[in-house]
Amino acid sequence: MPVELEIVSPEKLLLSRPVEMVVLPAYEGEMGVLPGHSPMIVLLRGGMIRLYEGGAVKEQLYVSGGFAEVTPERVTVLATEAIPSGEVSKAEGERRMAAAEADYDAADKADVTSLDVAMDKIQSARAMVDAAA
Amino acid sequence: MPSLKSLRIRINSVKSTQKITSAMKMVAASKLRRAQSQAEAARPYAVRMSRMMASLGASVAGSPTAPKLLVGTGSDKVHLLVVVAGDRGLAGAFNTNVSRLGRNLARQLESEGKTVKILAIGRKARDYLRRELATRIVGDVSFAGRKSIGFADAEGIAQTVVGMLAAGEYDVCTLVYNRFQSVIAQIPTEMRLVPAPLPEGTEAASAASYEFEPDEETMLARLLPQNLAIQIYRALLETNAGFFGSQMTAMDNATRNAGDMIKRLTQNYNRARQANITRELIEIISGAEAV
Repeated sequence: MPVELEIVSPEKLLLSRPVEMVVLPAYEGEMGVLPGHSPMIVLLRGGMIRLYEGGAVKEQLYVSGGFAEVTPERVTVLATEAIPSGEVSKAEGERRMAAAEADYDAADKADVTSLDVAMDKIQSARAMVDAAA
Repeated sequence: MPSLKSLRIRINSVKSTQKITSAMKMVAASKLRRAQSQAEAARPYAVRMSRMMASLGASVAGSPTAPKLLVGTGSDKVHLLVVVAGDRGLAGAFNTNVSRLGRNLARQLESEGKTVKILAIGRKARDYLRRELATRIVGDVSFAGRKSIGFADAEGIAQTVVGMLAAGEYDVCTLVYNRFQSVIAQIPTEMRLVPAPLPEGTEAASAASYEFEPDEETMLARLLPQNLAIQIYRALLETNAGFFGSQMTAMDNATRNAGDMIKRLTQNYNRARQANITRELIEIISGAEAV
């Protein structure tokens, strides 16, 4: 029995189809989801979503962050931005990386929440560069 | 009786106006289609977002450390109104209606002794509100000359709104925009953004069964600004679609009115022409008789 995967960005529904397994870049590490997973809501950091079919990676998408809702039958990914792995631009990733690092330097080091956000941006940009490489 | 020449000139000028309005109507119709499909495409995300909000909000709302975006500051002294209208005119009462609702709301709040701040989105909202409430406007955003609206634009506005809350610049935030009901009906609507109204959770009961990673509060701290951005994005898209709908209707009316006017002017022109001919004939005949 496959798991229904949906990837939505604010601008459109990107993908909706059944897959065997999906690996999500969850906040606290990669997370593989098979059918029958217990219900969860997870925060995503920047990284690759991998779609497995027939025991191998069928498709990869880069997401810059977002949320995912997991139920036994369904995985819904609310991505801030999602790009198929082939179309990720390294230059864009490096540009974001530089911007994120500048943000981090500018951020108030005492304010933990804003530092967290800046850290996430750096991570997300790094994942984008890696995805393009 | 106006001269034949002046009538001819008027007929021609109304005809060229009619050409312009009918072209604008066509353009608005095609842009409306695009705006509508963009609004359509944004719906799935919004639906799932509010589902997630329902299950998360229910589990955190009671806690004393719940974020300000969800529970507010506990006061309602200072109101921020985000008024969204179009950037261009020639769309009937579209911009006026929503701006007027914003103004009335501001007046009403002030008569209750509250402080009002206004964030005007769209050039027409700014121009309208500046006439009477210039001192309350704390910022404005305009998309004039832009081809399309992206999510990034909404995110920018959301960041402003969140930043102002963090700085303690307001207590309650209300969004005023034209809800897109149909191509011919846009309804000026007010919607509260902060404190965030929790969607009526039919799934609230099942919420407890979700596990959260990381914990609910960290999650909510990310989800709320995103949710805000989505609400604003939706309002922007609906305004965009509504604007073209309204413009199309307005231009359709203008084209029809121009048609009526041309008909009337043409009739006058023909009458004047015939009167001239009759008069000339009488002159000739009476001249011939006199000889």
